[in-house]
Amino acid sequence: MTRRAVVTGIGIAAPNGLGPTAYWRALMAGQSGIRRVTKFDISKYRSKLGGEIPDFAPDRHLQDRILPQSDHITRLSLVATDWALRQAGVRNGDVPTDEMGVVTAASGGGYEFGQRELAKLHSQGPEYVSAYQSFAWFYAVNTGQISIRHKMHGPGAVVISEQAGGIDAIGHARRQLRDGANLMLTGGIDSALCPWAWVAHQATGRISRSSDPQRAYLPFDERAGGYVPGEGGSIMVLETPETAKKRLGSTIYGEIAGYASTFDSRKPGRPPGLQRAIEMALGDAGMDAADIDVVFADAVGEPELDQVEAEAIKTVFGPRGVPVAAPKTMTGRLFAGGASLDVATALLSMFWSAIPPAVGVREVVPEYELDLVVGEPRQTAVRSALIVARGHGGFNSAMVVRQFR
Amino acid sequence: MSRRAVITGLGVISPGAIGVKEYWSLLAEGRTATRAISHFDPSAFRSRMAGEVDFHPLKSGLSPQDVRRLDRAAQFAVVAGREAVTDAGLEFDALDPTRVGVALGSAVGCTTSLEREFTIGSDGGRLWEVDQGYTVPHLYDYVNPSSMAAELATDTGAEGPVTLVSTGCTSGIDSVGYAARLIEEGSADVVISGGTEAPLSPITVVCFDVLRASSTRNDDPEHACRPFDRTRDGLVLAEGCAIVIVEELEHARARGAQIYGEVAGYASRCNAYHMTGLESEGKDMASAIEVAMDQARVLPPYIDYINAHGSGTKQNDLHETGAFKRSLGEDAYTTPISGFKSMIGHSLGAIGSLEIAGCLLAMREGLIPPTANLNEPDPQCDLDYVPNVAREKRLNTVLTVGSGFGGFQSAMILRHVRGAKR
Repeated sequence: MTRRAVVTGIGIAAPNGLGPTAYWRALMAGQSGIRRVTKFDISKYRSKLGGEIPDFAPDRHLQDRILPQSDHITRLSLVATDWALRQAGVRNGDVPTDEMGVVTAASGGGYEFGQRELAKLHSQGPEYVSAYQSFAWFYAVNTGQISIRHKMHGPGAVVISEQAGGIDAIGHARRQLRDGANLMLTGGIDSALCPWAWVAHQATGRISRSSDPQRAYLPFDERAGGYVPGEGGSIMVLETPETAKKRLGSTIYGEIAGYASTFDSRKPGRPPGLQRAIEMALGDAGMDAADIDVVFADAVGEPELDQVEAEAIKTVFGPRGVPVAAPKTMTGRLFAGGASLDVATALLSMFWSAIPPAVGVREVVPEYELDLVVGEPRQTAVRSALIVARGHGGFNSAMVVRQFR
Repeated sequence: MSRRAVITGLGVISPGAIGVKEYWSLLAEGRTATRAISHFDPSAFRSRMAGEVDFHPLKSGLSPQDVRRLDRAAQFAVVAGREAVTDAGLEFDALDPTRVGVALGSAVGCTTSLEREFTIGSDGGRLWEVDQGYTVPHLYDYVNPSSMAAELATDTGAEGPVTLVSTGCTSGIDSVGYAARLIEEGSADVVISGGTEAPLSPITVVCFDVLRASSTRNDDPEHACRPFDRTRDGLVLAEGCAIVIVEELEHARARGAQIYGEVAGYASRCNAYHMTGLESEGKDMASAIEVAMDQARVLPPYIDYINAHGSGTKQNDLHETGAFKRSLGEDAYTTPISGFKSMIGHSLGAIGSLEIAGCLLAMREGLIPPTANLNEPDPQCDLDYVPNVAREKRLNTVLTVGSGFGGFQSAMILRHVRGAKR
């Protein structure tokens, strides 16, 4: 019998809210965290809007010795992990240390830290480079630091599939539970908000150039013209139900019921892989399309990609066959953090019985035949959700979460 | 009936060797391929040696456009990938592409290209607000190393699960472990896996310099990496790539494929201790070895050979010697152990796969490649490290291990499969 995987703690760092409650309130109020970037002089760049986390004070949460050796994304990850563990009610000694592990998603690593050290190396010399550069920048940093902070000696891994990686990390954490671990920290937190990352994102040609936060990121809309990059994501506690039930009062947000990933061929005549990922994730969960109460879309905001996604959703669920959510219109795309945050948001939707709206979107392209939840949240029981994510270059991942019984 | 993962094809790009055949002769002869750095002027650095690959991308079949667009690590992966696919005799027209995946490993991704582009865009590091006018259109592919997995998938036609595994210096083992897991759970029938790394640029060199982790035997680069030797003084950085084709056993048998061996057990553990330091007893590496042995249902006396991490630092030598004793008990003293980094240096996220490829070739040939440069054994390292000369031995079950920054400790058991070519 396959061991099941349930989420019992959710740590969130998002541009429109720190912690699941503040974040959820912002979503319900339609409060966007997209604003003019302030972390560096944005006036030099074509694209000026980002999903920036406004008031994160790392020194309020972390010991002094962690600060010089960590990038912003690691600090956010460590704090989100603390919140997730606290929410799950996990205390030292509850779970043997070798039965706990960590799987995170990454994209560019501790990029701001890396930019600073690269600059020192080339403008000042090798002797000015931080002794922490080797690990503060590299992609494995968050898994390493989380495992050290919480003395988790079990399995550790890091997966990278751009924005799809957030789902792949959770899928891989579920494998670890099936293979014998009892509790995993998983998800991803990422940031595009330093100049060196910003120019790379701009180079893709997919970032919105709008300067109006209400109009910059409009997935599935007639006016869609790119996405807004941001920072943040989610780290969650994933464990077996048996482990969770040993702690009195633990809340089970839901179960990771299905997962699959595929890749888009560039060979002529091959269909995109997204629909297949969705169908396989449903199959893995043992569910039909009719069992899904809401789809959290990848929602890139680029017409060609929006069309592919709308087509996949329409084919699987029928025209306007399922409510579709795009809360990332309030945070921007968060890369390694984005899909994990969507999974967390789906679990919160089940908890609060509501679907958050896409903000800014007015006119969904009629041919898409999507029931996109816009303007106001939709109050409705949510028993299960499908989360879809795509990564730059052809990655597709899909995950099904459902209420745990 | 459970699904088993076997390896049916290899492709190698190594210091001192392009292709599987040259690679095996280097290992079998115990030749070293570390040398003074020629990729850039290393005079400002403490350690000025590396395992460099003599790689000619155009002669290797890449187009000029690919050479311009792809980081060197991605070029390695594509070229080694093609060798591995050919070696495995995979006919893509006869495969269902949706059942083919990619799990590529890399520790530092496209660092070399990132650093090059950064120095241009930032005017030698002087501009914090990097100039957007000087960026190449594919810059984001350098930022995000999953582009390399995407490249390998596109080149081979894979449409199944594709990802990059990045766990620092254990990425090369962990990517193959990930691939084996995809096979076992039924997510794919074939996974193109392995690790690639081309980190030889100033920022990587300085990272190890500041930690004093790399060797300063700059006047004798060929003999600079000396694991288990009393005179060792650190690792020697390297680049390289090994791509392995991981395939479901019955799928491989049905098409009459050669089989190098089975991924019989795999585990990775966090030491939860320090981002760069190791505790001396090797507890977590031992725990990874024990889990991998359990999965393979093999007991210590039946481990015929251990391929060590052998990076050339004292810390590592003591750590893994402790781990072998802890996990294998008395049998640790009678099991031959050797380390390939003594010959080809430490190619970070690639080396674990280069070691897996070397172990599979060792099983096929019945020959254990040696630990080079081991002349004065460290008395604290009192196991059998097969110094300098290869040793003949019939190998049925082999253990390979890796250890890296972030605290990752990985172990894999490779096993001969009945009917496989020797």
